[in-house]
Amino acid sequence: MSYWFRNDNRLPQGRLAIASYLIVGMIGLLILGFWKLQVIDSDRYTSLAERNRVRSIPIIAPRGRMLDRDGRVLVDNRPSFSVLLLRDDPALVDKYLPAVADGLGISLDDLKDQLSSTKNLAKFQPIIIKPEASEADIAFIESHRSDVPVLEMINVSRRRYLPGGFMAHAEGYVGEVSEQQIEASNSKLRPGDFAGKSGLERQYNDLLMGTDGMRRVIVNSVGKEVGRLSTQEAIPGKQIQLSIDYDLQQVAEQSLGARPGAVVALDPGTGEVLAIVSHPAPDPNDFAVRVSNEEWAQLNDDPLRPLFNRAIQAQLAPGSVFKIVTATAMLEDKVPPENFTAFCPGYATFYGRQFKCWVYGKSSHGVVNLHKAILESCDVFFYNVGMRLGIDRLSYYGSKLGIGHKTGIDLPSEEAGLMPSEEWVERVQHRKWYAGETISVSTGQGAVTTTPLQLARMISGIAMGGVFKQPHLLKDAPNVAEERFDLSEPTVEKITDAMYGVVNEDGGTARNVRLPGIEVSGKSGTAQVIGYATRNRMGKQKKFEDNAWFVGYAPRRNPEIVVSVLVQESGKHGGETAGPVVRDVIKAYYDKKAKKTEGQVTAESAKPGSGNARAAALVAPRVPAIKEDETAGRAPAENRNER
Amino acid sequence: MKDAPGTRDYDWWLLVILATICALGVIEIYSATHGSALAGMHMKQLRWLVVGTILMLVLSRVDYHIILDQALILYLIGLVALVAVLLVGHTRFGAKRWIPVFGEFLQVSELVKLIIIIVLARFFAEVRTDELSLQDLIKAGLIVGLPLGLILKQPDLGTALVLVPMLVVGAYLAGLQWQHAAIFSLAGILLVGSVFYPPVSRHILKPYQRDRITSFLHPEDDAKGSGYQLLQSKIAVGSGGFWGKGFGNGSQNQLGYIPVRYSDFIMSAWAEEQGFKGVLLALGLYMALLLRLVQNAQRAKDRAGMFLVMGVAAALGFHVLVNVAMVIGAMPVTGIPLPLMSYGGSATLFVFLAIGLVMNVRLRRFVN
Repeated sequence: MSYWFRNDNRLPQGRLAIASYLIVGMIGLLILGFWKLQVIDSDRYTSLAERNRVRSIPIIAPRGRMLDRDGRVLVDNRPSFSVLLLRDDPALVDKYLPAVADGLGISLDDLKDQLSSTKNLAKFQPIIIKPEASEADIAFIESHRSDVPVLEMINVSRRRYLPGGFMAHAEGYVGEVSEQQIEASNSKLRPGDFAGKSGLERQYNDLLMGTDGMRRVIVNSVGKEVGRLSTQEAIPGKQIQLSIDYDLQQVAEQSLGARPGAVVALDPGTGEVLAIVSHPAPDPNDFAVRVSNEEWAQLNDDPLRPLFNRAIQAQLAPGSVFKIVTATAMLEDKVPPENFTAFCPGYATFYGRQFKCWVYGKSSHGVVNLHKAILESCDVFFYNVGMRLGIDRLSYYGSKLGIGHKTGIDLPSEEAGLMPSEEWVERVQHRKWYAGETISVSTGQGAVTTTPLQLARMISGIAMGGVFKQPHLLKDAPNVAEERFDLSEPTVEKITDAMYGVVNEDGGTARNVRLPGIEVSGKSGTAQVIGYATRNRMGKQKKFEDNAWFVGYAPRRNPEIVVSVLVQESGKHGGETAGPVVRDVIKAYYDKKAKKTEGQVTAESAKPGSGNARAAALVAPRVPAIKEDETAGRAPAENRNER
Repeated sequence: MKDAPGTRDYDWWLLVILATICALGVIEIYSATHGSALAGMHMKQLRWLVVGTILMLVLSRVDYHIILDQALILYLIGLVALVAVLLVGHTRFGAKRWIPVFGEFLQVSELVKLIIIIVLARFFAEVRTDELSLQDLIKAGLIVGLPLGLILKQPDLGTALVLVPMLVVGAYLAGLQWQHAAIFSLAGILLVGSVFYPPVSRHILKPYQRDRITSFLHPEDDAKGSGYQLLQSKIAVGSGGFWGKGFGNGSQNQLGYIPVRYSDFIMSAWAEEQGFKGVLLALGLYMALLLRLVQNAQRAKDRAGMFLVMGVAAALGFHVLVNVAMVIGAMPVTGIPLPLMSYGGSATLFVFLAIGLVMNVRLRRFVN
């Protein structure tokens, strides 16, 4: 061994001491670093750790079902999967967005749009980026749990409506909530939620929509669920029972067929709507997920306006149905007196202008009294009556009978129609009322417009002796509003007799509506869609042919059912075209009633194999047994259906 | 040389501190892995600790002067091993660092660290001037530079960096002049600066190294890479709070959010589960360990012994500093383990052998 290290004990003690201080300083600095993280900023990192650890997955509450008056399911739900994007960690989302877009077949721009529209939402809330996951999507998510850790799936229930647009307008449809809806909802709604967009879905959204639950799970660093923290169960939406009678609705749908138009059937005693149809109808199942912009534009641009609920939104001249208003005014005010007669040569001349009766050129009505005028729908008689009454009286009675006012049915977007008056003309058109206009209005032409529902309510009220129940779609609704407009007994007697005659007496305009053993009554109407001048300018297209109306009811006094039918652009007389629809519905009503009293058909037996095969086939297989707890959460009516 | 020193001459305090740190490590390795596919890792670590202790005792019995005598041969062996590992080494995690020895993979660079400590101690001990001349400083630099370059080639930036403080501390104790210190500090600052300056770093760093630098500077840009690792580590540490979440209860640790929680980021797992109080204990132990090493250096019989001990202190201190600073997000990810706590065979053996050298010096402080 060499001795190079001998006598070398002069250690640099000063520098070694400095090294000790450096060590103390170094450890001190590190401790300060830990102090900052673990004591000063601890709360922040604790919440970050929680966010790492805990994933919140919504449990979507199923919407309440809609049942008909016998408890048959009109609208229910079907299971489906939605794809969620977990946004807890924005950096992760950014990183995996292209992979997500690729895997799910969504465009990257679309995804970015969805993200930016939800940037105000709390980060722990995932957003739905694909509402209806295909099998391929599910496979993609399952197989990429660790390498694309921002996706999750949830079970959602989708709305299922009866096929073919059955009752589509009244039921409405659901869709993803708009930003306005979210703002208006007091943060009850979140982006991606589904809420009612129209019809009953919108009207009773608060009832039908449940409260979503939340499942909080523990996930590890590769996104795998390793434990469950808590589950807040979803509260399902409440079921509502409608006054609609599936059987009547079915008949009304079929009887109206492919023709554009509407059917409204009411129970005048309660105001319950038994059937409500508008054609053409969209299939709301098509919007149960997400409707593409093209599809939506196509529906909106369709000249037949399939999204338009004619039963409550079509504001059209009521034509001769309005003669009931004129007749009521005449009888109540005795202007002219009730034994007034007019001679109808097929036309009449007022203020130097010729007004035609509908029989002009074919025949004439001769001498006409009120009864005959209603039966045969003589225009000339009512021209004379209207001229004597004047617009003020017509307007007063029309308004009292509901024209120009919304009926208040429990559906959004109802229209009011219009009952013109001198005041209205001055206010809206800034001109004086022309006396000639009164002549037109007295037969339901000119500026007067009504909806099919309004006419159903009006005729109901008159036949009930002046009690107007508010039409509604919820069965056994409590506190139904009613309006009273007292009509004298002789007035009601005469008018209902005449409407009975329309169907049942010789010369009546709607003899084809007769039903043996049933006192079907009613009034037809045929109204020009637009003035003759406009029609000539536009050319004689089918589109501008007349609207056919028929409002019928049975029996002749205190009716059980009133049916208002509009068939648009039929080009035929109201009794001929709309009448048979009324007849079919009233017949179905009485057939069912007869069977019920015989004890053959109850709601219980309206299942496969029973008499009503078609209805049963459509509905019954989808009716799971209604559980007791579901019935407890029933809509306001709180009734129990006869199961 | 007289009789071999007796057992009471061992630095028992140092051994107690050492054993306690190892115990913390084994506990945390158990906590971090017991519920995963890595379960049982703490037993493997215990085995390494036993082997390390034996090697330490063996090494402490051989007079360090004899070891220092063989410095040149050791240095050559080290270089050959480094070249060999580059040629035939086993590649793991994208780097050639391992050669198989007795069925285990050993990191050659860990052995080289030990050799450099010995070589530098010998070199500086032979410089008998009070002030270190520039010539000697450059010689020392070359001695370190050659293996450092080879280690960088593997690539293993972390281990390569450990050689620098050995040189710096050695030179400082050998009488480094302040002018030289200033010049080399400036060069060092320029080098570090260029590493952080992309136009320059592009030429001197590997892509993954540049990524680590970038993600250290901008952790939010790097979702799942090393920026994510740093962030998750900080979350673990911060969420531990003052009292900690308790043994086996750290969500960041147990759910795998902390990267390599049983090794490089073990301090993160420890801090999460044991809190600030646990950190005080661990860092207190490390401080005691380092101060105890300096004390041993101060009491060394000769300068050679002092350089040996301080070389060990420099290496361990640098490990602790870089690793712990990384855990709290104050330094980029370098892949430097925490001595004695992190799981790892080669690293553990290195520390025990290094402590063996310290014991060696200690045992011979009164011996002539």
